[in-house]
Amino acid sequence: MELFSHTHSGKRSRRAALAAAALAVTLVATGCSAGGDEEGGDSGGEGGSSTIAFLPKQLNNPYTDVVLGGGENGAEEIGYDSQVLGPLEASASAQIPFIEQATQEQTNVIVIAANDPDAVGPSLQAAREAGAKIVAFDSDTNPDYRDIFISQVVAKDVALIQLEIISEQIGGEGDIAILSATATATNQNEWIKFMEEELDSNPDYANINLVAKVYGDDDADKSFQETQGLLSSYPDLKGIISPTTVGIAAAAKYLSTSDYKGKVALTGLGLPNEMRSFVKDGTVTEFALWDPAQLGYVAAFAGKALVDGDITGEEGDTFDAGEMGEIEVGENGVAIVGPPTRFNADNIDDYDF
Amino acid sequence: MSETVTSAALKPRSGWTKRLTSNDAIIWYALIIVVIVASFTVRYFASSLTVGFLLIQIIPILLIAMPMALVIISSEIDLSVASIAGLTSAVMGVLWRDSGWDIGMVIFVSVLVGVVCGAFNGFLITTLGLPSLAVTIGTLALFRGLALVVIGDQKVANFPKELNTFVLSKIGSTGIPVVMIFVLIIIAIFAVILHFTPFGRGLYALGFSKEAASFVGIHVGRSKFWLFVGTGVVSSIVGVFLTLRLASAGPDNGTGMELSVIAAVLLGGVSIFGGKGSIPGVVGGVLLIGTLTYALRLAKVPETALIIVTGSLLVISVVAPSIAAWANEKIRLSRVRKVVRGQTAPGTTTA
Amino acid sequence: MSAARGIRPTAPSSTGLSAIGSFFRAREIPVAGALVALIIVTTLVNPRFLSPQSVKDLMLNATIVIILAVGQALVIITRNVDLSIGSILGLVAFGTGTLFDVAPGLPIPLVFLAGMVFGAALGAINGALVTAAKVPALVITLGTMYIFRGVLTSWAGSKQYFSGDNPPEFGALSVDTFFGVPIITLVALVVVIAVGVFMHAVRSGRDLYAIGSDPDAARLFGISVSKRVLAAFVASGALTGLAGVLYTSRYNSVGALTGTGLELDVVAAVVVGGVAISGGTGTVVGAAIGAILLSTITSSLTATRVDKFWQQAIVGVLILSAIIIDRIVSARTARKLRVNEARDV
Repeated sequence: MELFSHTHSGKRSRRAALAAAALAVTLVATGCSAGGDEEGGDSGGEGGSSTIAFLPKQLNNPYTDVVLGGGENGAEEIGYDSQVLGPLEASASAQIPFIEQATQEQTNVIVIAANDPDAVGPSLQAAREAGAKIVAFDSDTNPDYRDIFISQVVAKDVALIQLEIISEQIGGEGDIAILSATATATNQNEWIKFMEEELDSNPDYANINLVAKVYGDDDADKSFQETQGLLSSYPDLKGIISPTTVGIAAAAKYLSTSDYKGKVALTGLGLPNEMRSFVKDGTVTEFALWDPAQLGYVAAFAGKALVDGDITGEEGDTFDAGEMGEIEVGENGVAIVGPPTRFNADNIDDYDF
Repeated sequence: MSETVTSAALKPRSGWTKRLTSNDAIIWYALIIVVIVASFTVRYFASSLTVGFLLIQIIPILLIAMPMALVIISSEIDLSVASIAGLTSAVMGVLWRDSGWDIGMVIFVSVLVGVVCGAFNGFLITTLGLPSLAVTIGTLALFRGLALVVIGDQKVANFPKELNTFVLSKIGSTGIPVVMIFVLIIIAIFAVILHFTPFGRGLYALGFSKEAASFVGIHVGRSKFWLFVGTGVVSSIVGVFLTLRLASAGPDNGTGMELSVIAAVLLGGVSIFGGKGSIPGVVGGVLLIGTLTYALRLAKVPETALIIVTGSLLVISVVAPSIAAWANEKIRLSRVRKVVRGQTAPGTTTA
Repeated sequence: MSAARGIRPTAPSSTGLSAIGSFFRAREIPVAGALVALIIVTTLVNPRFLSPQSVKDLMLNATIVIILAVGQALVIITRNVDLSIGSILGLVAFGTGTLFDVAPGLPIPLVFLAGMVFGAALGAINGALVTAAKVPALVITLGTMYIFRGVLTSWAGSKQYFSGDNPPEFGALSVDTFFGVPIITLVALVVVIAVGVFMHAVRSGRDLYAIGSDPDAARLFGISVSKRVLAAFVASGALTGLAGVLYTSRYNSVGALTGTGLELDVVAAVVVGGVAISGGTGTVVGAAIGAILLSTITSSLTATRVDKFWQQAIVGVLILSAIIIDRIVSARTARKLRVNEARDV
C-alpha cells in the first residue's frame, strides 16, 4: 500500500462530519416518523387499537404482495392496525430482526411465513413471552412455536393437482423433475413429500419417474440456470413441476426461448399475471394456484380470534373469518382456506394478480 | 517556515483532555446523542428489550471487527471472514449430525476450522507474498464453496436447546445478553494487544511502511501470519455463535457480513491506508452504525433508506477528510501568501 | 525509465520462434487453455454439452458477464476496483423496464443508448468521488454499492417488470441468432474487440496501464491521472449499463434485487483472466476469457452431473491459481529486468 499521505487535520473533521451526519439523519428520520405517528394514531399498549404485523418470507415478491393485500383488508375489517415487516431476501437470519422488532413494539398478533421452520423459533418464543399471538401462514414453522397455521389449501391437494396436470400433459409416462424454492422451506418440502408418496403408491403414475429435485432459492436467475441444468443433464426429461411462482416463471422464460418449447411440459404454482404470456404462446398449458389474498385475509381473522380468546388453536376450534365464513381448525393446529384453482388459456384473462 | 508564522504553536493536550477531545471520542459523543435522541423520539426504543436485541444483532460484527481492525491497520484486508463463519457453521452442523461427539467437542473442532482457514490465508499472503485483497477474494469463494460441499442444501437444526437458550439469555433484567461478557473479554484482549504490546505498535508501523518496519526489526511475515490466523479464529467463533443463535447450521450463515464489518471499521476511524485507528474507535463505530440502523428501523424508516444511510455514512466518512484537508490547505496557502506579501513589501529579501 | 514505457525485457526480435514464444507467454494463455481443457473434458463425459441448444446457452450465459468483465478490467488495470456494478446493473435493468412501460414506442437502439448513458452517469459519480477524494476505490464503491442498491429498492419497491411487458423484438435479441451466434453475444464480441484494440493501440488506453503500474510516475510523465481514471469509471459504468439493458432482454424479470452479488463474480472473472488486482497488467481479452470460463464451469458441472456445490470451491481455486501464476510471472519478469539492467551497465 502507498505511504500514508493524509494530513492530520483531516481526521478531526472526518469525525465531526460523521457525527454531524449521523445526528442530522437521526433527527430528520425521527422527526418525520414522529410526525407520522401522530397521524397513524395510537397503537399497541396505549389503550388504542390492537396491532398485527405481517412477516412474509421476503418483500419484493409479487405473490407475497397479493397475500399481504388480503391481509391488510382483513386487518381493516377486524379493526387492527397493520404493518408489514420483512427482509429483502428469503432467509431466516434476515427475518429474525423483524420478529424482534414486532416484539419490541408490543404487537398483539404476529403473522409469519417462515423461511426456516426452526431458526425463527427462539425469537418467536420471545415474542410469545411478551404476549403476542403467533399465526403462521403460507409456510409453517415448527408447531411448537406457533398457535395456529393457516394453510392456503390442503397440502396434499396442492401436490396432487400438480401431478395430475403434468401427467395429463406428458401422456402418463416419462421422466419429470421438480424445480423448488429453498431447500428448507416447509411448504415446499411438504408438497414434494406428498408428490413422491403419490408417485410411489398410485398405479396411474407407475410409469412416471422423478429424476431430479433442484432448488432455485426463489431467485429468478438461479431458477433460470437450474432449469438449464436440468435440461442439459436429463435429455429425456418430459416435464417439470415448479411449485413456486418465481421458479415456474423463470423456467417458462427459459423454455420459451429455447428449442425445448412445446416439447417439455411445465406446470406448477404460478401467478396469472406472470404466466399469461407463456400460456398464450404455448409454453405452459395449465398451472395451478389459489387466491393468495384469501390467505392473508383469513390469517388476520385467526389472529383476532386468538387474541379475543375465542380459540386456542386446538383441533376442532372454529372461528369467524368475515367473508370467508366459519373456518375450522384441523389436526396439528392447521386451518385450511379453500380448494386450489387451475389456470389455463380459457380462464387466465379473468384474473388480475 | 510558514508553520511558525501562520499557526500558533499548539500545546500538546495532556491526559484526559486529550482523550476526551480525540477523534474517537467524537464517535462516542455521536453515539450518545443518537441514543438520547432516539429514546425520546422513537417509541419503544428506551427499553431493556432494545439492549438485548440490538446487542445480539451486532455481536457478530463487533467480534469480527476486532481482528479486522488490526488487519486493516497493518494495511492488509480480509474479505473471507464471512465465508469462514459459514464453513464453520457447516462443519459444526455435519459433525453434530453425523459424528456422535458431544457438543463441546464439536464446537472445539469447529473453531479449529477457523485456525486452518486463517493459516491458509496467512500462508498465501506472507510466504507466497500474494496481495491480500486478491487472495481473500479467492478464499472467500473457496471457503464458501467448501461449506456447500460439506453440508449441501441441507440445514442441521436439532442442537441442544439449553445452549440455544444460554446464547440468548440475558443478565437479570438489564436486558444485556450474557454472552456480552465473552465479547467484552475478546474486545479487551484485542485492545491490549493493539495498544499495550510491542506487537501491536509494530502493526501501526507495518501499516505506514513495510520496509521501514522490517528495518526496525519487526517480523513482517510472522506478524501478518498471526493476524490472519486471529481473524480466522474469531470468524469461526462467530460462526458457532450464529449457529447456536439461529439453532440452525448452514453454509449461508453470515453471508455478506464482510462488507458490513469493513464499513463499520472504517467508520470507526481506521484508515484504509493503514497505520491509523484504535479499538475504542472501532467499537464506537460498530455501536454507532448498529444503533442508528436499529433506531431508524424502529422509527419505521423503510429498509431501503437504511441501506442508503449506511452507504452515505461510509462515503461521507472517507470523503470528508479529503475535502477538509483541501479546504485547510487553501486557507493555509492564502495565509502564507498574505504573510509573504507582508514580508517582501518593506523590502526584506527572502532567502 | 523502462518501467513507465512498457515491460518488454528483450529487444523486439523478428524471428518467428520468438514470436511464437511470446505468444505462449501471453497472460491469456493459461486461462484460455483452462477453458479449452474444460470444454474438452466435459464433452468427453457428456457429448450433449456441445449440442446446438447447449452451445447457445453457454454463449448467452457468458454474454452479460463478458461485458461486465471488460468494464471492470478497465478499472482494475488502473489499480482501482468497482464494487458497485451489481447495483448499477440493477438500476439500469429496472430503468429499461420502466422505459418500455412508460414509452412503449421507443426505438430499441434509443433504449440501449439511454441505458448506457444512465450507467455512465453512475460510473461518473464513482469516478468523481475516487479522483476527488483520493480514497481507495474499494471504499468508495463499497459505499456507492449500498447507496445505489438503496435507491433501486426504494424506486422499485416490489414492482417487477416481466419479459412479457417488453416488446417482443427486444426479447428476441436474446433468442435470434446470426450464423448460430445469438445477437447479444455478437454485441459482447464487438465490445471486447473494440475495447481491446483501444487499450492496445490508442494512447489514452495505454495510459491506463501506466497509471496502474505506478501512478506517481505516470503523473510525473505528464499523464493526467485524474482524467483517465474518471474516464475509466465512466466507461465501466457505460458498459455495465449496456449489460443491464441486455439483462432485461435475456431474463424473465427485473426488480429491486436484480444484480445483487454480481460484483465479486465479475472481479473473480477478471482476476482469473490474468488482470492483476494491483493494476498495470492484463488485457480485456483475458478478462473476457475469464468470464467465459467461470460461466462455463456452472454448466459444465451440471452437464457432468458433478455435485454443483463444487462450483464455488472451484472458482475459489481458480482465483488463487491465477494469482499465484501472476506472481510467478511478475517475479520472473522483475528478475529478468534486473539482470538486463545489470548487463547494460
